[in-house]
Amino acid sequence: MITHNLNIEKPVLSIKELSVAYEKGGKHAVDNVNADIKRNAITAIMGPSGCGKSTLLRAFNRMHDLYSNIETKGKIFLNGKDIDNISTITLRRRVGMVFQRPNPFPTMSIYDNVIAGYKLNGIRLKKQQKDDIVEESLTDVVLWNEVKDSLFKKGTFLSGGQQQRLCIARALAFQPDVILLDEPTSALDPVATSKVEDLLVKLKQKYSIVLVTHNMSQAARISDNSMFMYLGDLVEYDRTKNMFTNPKDKRTEEYLTGKFG
Amino acid sequence: MLVIINNSGESNYRSKKNKLFLGLVILLSLLTISPVVLIIYKLIAKGIHQINLSFFTETAPDTLAAMTAINNGEIIPGGILNGITGTLFMVTLASFMAIPIGIMIGIFLYENTEKKYAAIIRDISDIMQGIPSIVLGLIAYLWIVKNVTNGFSALAGAVALTIMMLPLIIRSTEETLKMIPQSIKEAGFALGVPYHKVMLRVLIPSSLSGLLTGILLAISRVLGETAPLLLTALGSPIVNLNIDKPTSAVPLLIWDFYNDPNMVDLIWSSSLFLMGFVLTLNLISKRIAAKRT
Repeated sequence: MITHNLNIEKPVLSIKELSVAYEKGGKHAVDNVNADIKRNAITAIMGPSGCGKSTLLRAFNRMHDLYSNIETKGKIFLNGKDIDNISTITLRRRVGMVFQRPNPFPTMSIYDNVIAGYKLNGIRLKKQQKDDIVEESLTDVVLWNEVKDSLFKKGTFLSGGQQQRLCIARALAFQPDVILLDEPTSALDPVATSKVEDLLVKLKQKYSIVLVTHNMSQAARISDNSMFMYLGDLVEYDRTKNMFTNPKDKRTEEYLTGKFG
Repeated sequence: MLVIINNSGESNYRSKKNKLFLGLVILLSLLTISPVVLIIYKLIAKGIHQINLSFFTETAPDTLAAMTAINNGEIIPGGILNGITGTLFMVTLASFMAIPIGIMIGIFLYENTEKKYAAIIRDISDIMQGIPSIVLGLIAYLWIVKNVTNGFSALAGAVALTIMMLPLIIRSTEETLKMIPQSIKEAGFALGVPYHKVMLRVLIPSSLSGLLTGILLAISRVLGETAPLLLTALGSPIVNLNIDKPTSAVPLLIWDFYNDPNMVDLIWSSSLFLMGFVLTLNLISKRIAAKRT
């Protein structure tokens, strides 16, 4: 039973009957999920460990294609277009991803990390274009003032929180439609976490954001809509305010009140 | 507190036992390192007086010249240039073959960790490491000396050394790549970067110091090899840089000097040089490895 109270017009992502299994014909880690993701909003995916929230997120940019044993069924539409009909190169430029632990490329400078997507894909840019992209992306993640004098130092010299913002900048450099974040603050201290949260709220004006988190209060603080997943099922999907004040499903209520998870 | 006071007799006994054990550990450690210290001391004491400029710029002397010099109470003329160039030449040739092949096999093992054929390749590479070097020399003799160069040659020597280097490079490549977080690789893919570019421009550069350490250790391992070269490169009194001609090497020269009573002094100086070279490479690779962590 899926409780949907959302009526989203022109969704940026539309998920239809999506199932993912880590073995061919095996148990579904994500089971028959249907949902629309709102444009220019933060959508949080919550749930206890192993509920399939990261698995769902990684389906949005076809990361599962990298592993031959993973089986994906169902459809996902990006701006109305089936993502299976978009090359992974184009798709991943439209749908950026930020990981749990900050992972700037260790051999690259801060500058090169931001434009890594262009560099590694062999897209040639003029010096001025590169400078503009680097400045704009780093300004977007509120890192520019902190690093503008050390752009050519290694990205790994930054603090954890700065590294994570650098990784967000790397995803923003392509001006994507969607940014996927997989527990982006779980490796950060509270101060760095709150900086990243403020940043995400600011970024939703330009981008659509999907955020996986096991931190309920984080979802409550910054998300517009929330999904609650349990054992691969999308149990409840609603406006965050509604879900936290008046959960429809008993499992959601128990999770939110700390009875499990 | 009470317990400790009550057991003061026992704790005294314990501290004595600790001291005894510590003494034993120190004694055995000293015993272990003493051969190394003695070797270095002996090599320097016996070999240093032969090391001068001509030691590096001239080829090995003949018996007559050495005998005359000894009778006149002078140091033996000439040097080991043919050995140094031969060693560098063959090791370079071997590196050109072993490094690309070894790294590619290492990447293959890293990518297919759980596949059955990867386990087989890993086992074969471990077995290769255990093959006696003289046997590798025989194989290179059969393959190259008999069939390719039709005579003893630098190429045959290099092939024997390549087979010795391969397992070391394969293993170190695989182990180094394993240490890089999976998320770095995924970050590349998440930017839409194709597989070969993620490998070449993200993973390999990130593991460069580890790869370099493995390569240097493999090189220092084969620098002192004598047995396989005896059957393949044979040795040569002149500097040779043709891949199809017999070539000398420092360990081959040491063997030659050993067989000539007039050249005894050169054994020590050549050994000192070889040991110094290998030791330096080892220290450099240790330094690189330490920098990484």
